[in-house]
Amino acid sequence: MIPTTYYLALSAILFSIGVIGVLVRRNAIVIFMSIELMLNSANLAFVAFAREFGTLDGQLMVFFVMTVAAAEVAVGLALIVAIFRSKASIDVDAVNLLKG
Amino acid sequence: MTISNLNLVGTLPLLFLSAWACGLLLVDLWIPGDRKHMTGWMALSGFAITFFWVSSNLGQREEAFGGMLAIDGFSNLLHLVFLGSGILATLLALNYLKQHDIERGEFYPLMLFSVVGMMIMSMAKDLIVVFLALEMLSIPLYVLVGFARTRADSEESALKYFLLGAFSSAFQVYGIALIYGATQATGFAAIGDAVAISGASPLLLAGIGLMLVGLAFKVSAVPLHMWTPDVYQGAPSVVTGFMSVGAKAAGFAAIVRIFFSAFHSLAADWAPVIVLFAVLSTVIGNVAAISQTSIKRMLAFSSIAHAGYVFVAIVPGGYGALSDFAASAVIFYLAAYGLTNIGAWSVVIAVDHADGMGSDISNYAGLARRSPGLAAAMTLFMLSLTGLPPTMGFVAKFYVFRAALAAGYTWLVVVGVVTVLISAYYYLRVIVVMWMNSGDGQVVTPRALNFTVGVTAAATLVLGLLPGPLMAIVESSVRGLF
Amino acid sequence: MTAELIIFVLLAVIAVAAALGMLLSSNAIYSALFLVVNFGVVATFYLLLGAPFIAMVQVTVYAGAIMVLFLFVIMLLGAERLRHPNQVLSWQQPLAVVLVMALLGFAGYVVSMQGLASPPVDVANTVSYGSPAAIGELLFREYLFPFEATSLLLLSAMVGVVVLTAVDARRGVSRGVSRDRRS
Repeated sequence: MIPTTYYLALSAILFSIGVIGVLVRRNAIVIFMSIELMLNSANLAFVAFAREFGTLDGQLMVFFVMTVAAAEVAVGLALIVAIFRSKASIDVDAVNLLKG
Repeated sequence: MTISNLNLVGTLPLLFLSAWACGLLLVDLWIPGDRKHMTGWMALSGFAITFFWVSSNLGQREEAFGGMLAIDGFSNLLHLVFLGSGILATLLALNYLKQHDIERGEFYPLMLFSVVGMMIMSMAKDLIVVFLALEMLSIPLYVLVGFARTRADSEESALKYFLLGAFSSAFQVYGIALIYGATQATGFAAIGDAVAISGASPLLLAGIGLMLVGLAFKVSAVPLHMWTPDVYQGAPSVVTGFMSVGAKAAGFAAIVRIFFSAFHSLAADWAPVIVLFAVLSTVIGNVAAISQTSIKRMLAFSSIAHAGYVFVAIVPGGYGALSDFAASAVIFYLAAYGLTNIGAWSVVIAVDHADGMGSDISNYAGLARRSPGLAAAMTLFMLSLTGLPPTMGFVAKFYVFRAALAAGYTWLVVVGVVTVLISAYYYLRVIVVMWMNSGDGQVVTPRALNFTVGVTAAATLVLGLLPGPLMAIVESSVRGLF
Repeated sequence: MTAELIIFVLLAVIAVAAALGMLLSSNAIYSALFLVVNFGVVATFYLLLGAPFIAMVQVTVYAGAIMVLFLFVIMLLGAERLRHPNQVLSWQQPLAVVLVMALLGFAGYVVSMQGLASPPVDVANTVSYGSPAAIGELLFREYLFPFEATSLLLLSAMVGVVVLTAVDARRGVSRGVSRDRRS
């Protein structure tokens, strides 16, 4: 048996990589993929905890997170397509993403 | 194989509004393109029916769906805030969409869906429901923010809101995962029991912190406020008025329920973080608002500052007997802010023009001469946002500061009062510009807009002069809940 | 026991490498493909953790549908070449470093954690754990409300997508589409 903590550490590392991706990349699609990586690492933590506790609740959470991720992806990509049509750029600097 | 404690009857208003939204999507197909305001009126009647339905039975104490949802005074009162902001924003949208040439029937069902998400958020008694409700209210908002597809800044602000919103909800999901790992539960009651036994572990605290990131983003608290000015400016103004009230109130509803029930015994750990949010938001929001020349950006920073005042009201929630008091102060403050802010945004809509002119504070010069009623109402709203008598904003701030004082946070109240004085500068500047300077801009005041301004102004004034009955209702509905 | 550990370490290295590949590659299509690898590896972790059904959903929904959508949009827009892949805004770099240090510190703490360090009860090998039947029963009983809520969520997302991308029939053309069609 692999201890739950190993899985948790792995998920924390993947989550960190996702955070770095969002903060350093400037392409909206890649930022968005980094967010998916973050959600995915949370799912890994859920499933690992579910096995730790011997209950299925954690696995159910993964279901809902996946549904939400699918809805977010649909809306997000639609937005990106709409912006690309009008600006021909998805470089987030072109949309002043983090101008305070 | 039956579900215990389903209680569909208790959730009927919620189910009704969801069904109304789905039905409206279908009905909208048969409404011709030039008469989409009919969809708006139908959405309005859905909101209104639900509003009166909920208000007829405020004092319920029930649970539904096996304890996943709570139907109580707290959620019912907040439902009125959400539905009220939905009603007022729909009224404004009837003309706004046509005037800006972005009229589409889907606008109204999306707004209904968003309100359904907010309602669920205030009822949620399980972290997974909180997460789903947050997404249910956010996803329609992302679309509504980008609804003005004829303007590039609307789409851009929608992308910005979306990416940062998804980023923060990823933090929230990870936080929920860690809380689940630390307590073996996602239901508030079970988490509360587990926490009371085991106390705070670093795993749990990390989870709470990450989850708070997601919620603080929704209520636009400093330091998670970066999106607010751009999004409030870029979004269609009706949507801004709606989301600045609805999304904020929903975020605070979840924060109050989570921290007052699930993490009540950890108050010593979370209170400093809430205090930090309160101080940063009030100070930075108000100071940054001073230098704004655009009224939309000014109101955006003002909204950040107001999130800070609500956090001031949440701080006492950790002090046993004071949590009911704190929850009533939060509800009252959100109601006051909602009425005033939607009123202010409807004046902004009246002065604003489809070509993007009219959103500067200088455009308000001479408004008192051109349109005295509008200027008088705006004066009232600005006084209320500052927190001066005889308005509801004053009573709300008084209420909030009294709760903080009762918990012994005198210095926090001092910070609050100082920031109120700072805010007076930029709110009163709008009044001065309206009444003292001369200028000539056109205002567009359709009947629905006049009605909205009138209702919100009257409510701001009347509830400022006679807050007693409403306060009594709020306190009696919330008593003993937390 | 050790064989399992070796498999875990191997897969974990692949997962992290794929995530880094997504982060570092300057071509958005490579990023998407690296992410597919990562999702696939995570699916095998789900199998190891006694979640076969979740693993299948992960492969079909995440690695399948969602990532295909990503690839489709990248290719549709011709956006795979990124002009300046890793240019960092000045204030974000220190923020990223601080956040990541905090999270990695957390990961280090987690590994040393006492409460969870003991090997858990081996529920993963019982037949019914994580089976579609067990998950379905829980889903339609205790998690009925979240399940129903997701249906509304998906509906509103669908309407939203139509609103954002549909060509306005009344006006005939929307700016971008008219350009796409003409070129």
